[in-house]
Amino acid sequence: MSPTPEPRPDHRQPPADAASAKALARSPRAAFFYGITQALPFLIVIIPFAVLFGVVATEAGLNVRQVMGFSVLVLAGASQFTAVQLLQDNAPTIVIILSGLAVNLRMAMYSASLMPWLRDATAKQKAWISYALIDQTFALSIQHFERHPKLTINQRLAYFAGGALVLCGPWMLSTWAGATLGDAIPDDIALDFALPITFLAMIAPMLRTTAHLAACFVAIAAALLLAGMPSGLGLLIAAPLGMATGAVVEARTQPRSEA
Amino acid sequence: MQASAFQIWTIIIVLGIGTFLLRWSFLGALGNKELPEWVLRMLRYTPVAVLPALVAPLVVWPAATNGETDPARIAAATATVAVGVLTKNVLLAIIAGGSTLFGLLYVLG
Repeated sequence: MSPTPEPRPDHRQPPADAASAKALARSPRAAFFYGITQALPFLIVIIPFAVLFGVVATEAGLNVRQVMGFSVLVLAGASQFTAVQLLQDNAPTIVIILSGLAVNLRMAMYSASLMPWLRDATAKQKAWISYALIDQTFALSIQHFERHPKLTINQRLAYFAGGALVLCGPWMLSTWAGATLGDAIPDDIALDFALPITFLAMIAPMLRTTAHLAACFVAIAAALLLAGMPSGLGLLIAAPLGMATGAVVEARTQPRSEA
Repeated sequence: MQASAFQIWTIIIVLGIGTFLLRWSFLGALGNKELPEWVLRMLRYTPVAVLPALVAPLVVWPAATNGETDPARIAAATATVAVGVLTKNVLLAIIAGGSTLFGLLYVLG
């Protein structure tokens, strides 16, 4: 979930292999359905995560419309959980918004990575792509576009649309299911810990390099040291400290010639 | 939670617009501009910095125990991270953490 893509579309690639020939031969309609089938496995994570958000947000005191407001208008799970957690801590509005945006900063990186591949889309298409640009649609499409660099813009758009439909639709529906179900869940179940477990589970597989470990460690240490600050403020200091640490360690451990 | 409906909707709408603009930034407005190397570096580490920083205090001082450190929750967090690092599988890590938590809460009363 933390891809570090640096796409360099190269249109002088050697002749396509069999898989590539197949991808290139797809009509936009076929590419759309291919996108759908490729996205299906991600539902194993998306559906429970969305149900959980519905339940947790309802338990926190949001009504169904507000819960759905998050899943339809924000459409970014980790930041939705962050906002609800900070709402529960009675953090100031501005702190909640900044924290949510901090969680979503990586989306700017996704946008930059996809841009070379989707340059020829219309402004309206770009707006729809931006709306549906979540971790999973990004991961799916960037690997597909890089694998088959000669796809036409329509094939790329259709593939993205197929994935987005399968991932974003169920995100909203499952949120709604969770929000309606939320009231039925007894209070003594330790749901408070659903968020920490989910976030830790998302983070752990990303800890591949020394730089990732350092970023994570510094962020945790700072967050614990600053825990006495007004709610949410510690996060806004700890997170940039961690990010800077990761960047510095990466710069030191990687030879400069490596782009 | 003390937030008013107005405050909640403000958060939803501003966060929604802001998130959209982050996603749209390069596709829409910034076009062909290359991100400076140091910005890309910082962005790469947002998830591994932001999410643990958010979670750490919740693990060590859980609200559900009124801020008292709880062995079951520490063990559950440890199990989640361990399985996540070893298997690289998000779902398995969640299952490991959840079953550790409920198992220990049941055993420890």
